[in-house]
Amino acid sequence: MTTLQGGLRKSVATLGRPRKATYVVLAIFVLGSMFPFYWSFLVASRDNGMLTERIPPFVPGGNFFANAARVFDTVPFWKALANSVIVSGTVTLTTVLFSSLAGFAFAKLRFKGRNGLFVFIVVTLAVPTQLGIIPLFIAMSELGWAGHLQAVIVPNLVTAFGVFWMRQYTVDAVPYELIEAARVDGCSMIRIFWNVCLPAVRPAAAILAMFTFMMSWNDFLWPLVVLDAGNPTVQVALEKLQSGYYVDYSLVLAGTTLATIPILIVFVLLGRQIVAGIMQGAVKG
Amino acid sequence: MTVIDKKIAPGGSKAGERTSPRPTFRHKLSRWDVKVSPYLYVAPFFIVFGVVGLFPLLYTAYVSLFKWKAGSDDPDFIGFDNYKELVGDGQFWNALTNTVSIFLLSSVPQIIMAIMLAALLGSRLRGATGWRVGILLPYAASLVAIGIIFANLFGPKYGLINGVLQTIGLDPVDWQASRFGSHVAIAIMVNWRWTGYNALIVLAAMQAIPKELHEAALIDGAGTWRRFWNVTLPLLKPTLIFVIITSTIGGLQIFTEPKLFDALPGSNNGGSTNQFQTVTLYLYQSAFENYNLGYASAIAWVLFVIIVLIALVNFFLTSRLAHTPAVKKK
Repeated sequence: MTTLQGGLRKSVATLGRPRKATYVVLAIFVLGSMFPFYWSFLVASRDNGMLTERIPPFVPGGNFFANAARVFDTVPFWKALANSVIVSGTVTLTTVLFSSLAGFAFAKLRFKGRNGLFVFIVVTLAVPTQLGIIPLFIAMSELGWAGHLQAVIVPNLVTAFGVFWMRQYTVDAVPYELIEAARVDGCSMIRIFWNVCLPAVRPAAAILAMFTFMMSWNDFLWPLVVLDAGNPTVQVALEKLQSGYYVDYSLVLAGTTLATIPILIVFVLLGRQIVAGIMQGAVKG
Repeated sequence: MTVIDKKIAPGGSKAGERTSPRPTFRHKLSRWDVKVSPYLYVAPFFIVFGVVGLFPLLYTAYVSLFKWKAGSDDPDFIGFDNYKELVGDGQFWNALTNTVSIFLLSSVPQIIMAIMLAALLGSRLRGATGWRVGILLPYAASLVAIGIIFANLFGPKYGLINGVLQTIGLDPVDWQASRFGSHVAIAIMVNWRWTGYNALIVLAAMQAIPKELHEAALIDGAGTWRRFWNVTLPLLKPTLIFVIITSTIGGLQIFTEPKLFDALPGSNNGGSTNQFQTVTLYLYQSAFENYNLGYASAIAWVLFVIIVLIALVNFFLTSRLAHTPAVKKK
């Protein structure tokens, strides 16, 4: 459907008014995005009998709470939830704090070796820390930390990505004049950071906080290695739920639904900011 | 000299120092503060990286030279024997082939779909943000939850996918037992999670392209497709390379999806004949199921070298592209 009116603007690829087909394709993608979540809830709200039917029912049944209750009986799910909240919360706080501090130093303070150190940080972005799990595991065992939450928290206190991200934002967001004025007033460096820099970089810090929280909440390999079944995070508990000779899918998918709800709530509330953050990072990076 | 960066009028904070003949304690403290603070602020990263990044990487290299069983007290130094064994280890080559196969099956369609989605999302949609959030939804999902859900959907007997295939008159596929089928299923899992995320990154790059370029091409008589090929795509190249590099690093380390896809839950075999065991899964199996830490460390180092090599190739590719811009800015 082409109208002559506004023909030029319309045919510019990234500016055109979309056709119906565009909405249809996007709707298919969004439905595809949501479907596995819905399926998981569907199975969780029924019993395993549903899975043997060729064409399964597409409306939820009434067993969700019963299945959810069984999750809490099978694995220490409350403990796992609390652990995940503690780990993700701590990691998010420290990552944002340390990354903002380092970002402030790299963006606004001059010191010997600054450029070299910053290049080093960028290079470490390419080092897959996952590959160091064996010595890290040995070290954690020696320290007696294996099985304890600090084994998951300490390695994630601050990330190269966080420092890089905060530095990029601080460069533009904090004017030198403001820092200088604060120094004339006799502010210490840490006060300048806290009262001048931090308020100015809050948007970037908020985005970093969301990403860090989501990443930490969903982390699997390292917690699986270093924690045990008695003291798991949510992800480890889910995996334990599934391990066994017979997989009780209503039970397991009730677990995945429970584990997904907190992150979905975060996502629904903050989706707009998360999208903006990803796109902003893409242009800057 | 440690001072606040450039652009600062020299009269500023130093004026005070000149007027007082002897530096007071306060002044000394303040100068010390300026000098030392930056190092304190960047220190946490370097401490953490040193402990959990650099040290493990080097120590992994050290461990890889031993026959090192977890729990045993005296590991034997065996030099490069672990690496020699690795070269002749069919299971390792199988895992590497699987990793590359799954990586290609996921990243190639994923990037094509991401570009397409970005083009659709770039048009002036009603409720644009809503669509973007919807597309990004899988990114928030827990990998473990998704692994379990997809393993269920692709189940050989009662899985929904096979149910649908049979309903429309096709033969069911044994997604877990067949090598290619399992790779496809795992790749679909990866794509489901990352396509929307990559689409947003490509979209951001598309929106950074100046409107004038499109309008100029349009006046020269270029149609939609021509403009896409000759204007949009060349300018997207750096972003696409970024997306390719990140998905390479992630793809080569793929672990959670194949671990959870197994018909025997909790197994690290990657299927009954290792048909979808990846390198990281084999590493995990060697270290934490067979307790062969030396051998697993050798696997880790070989994987690390492969990742670095591919990252370097991508880096040179990127810098070559950067020197030959398709459309010159002014």
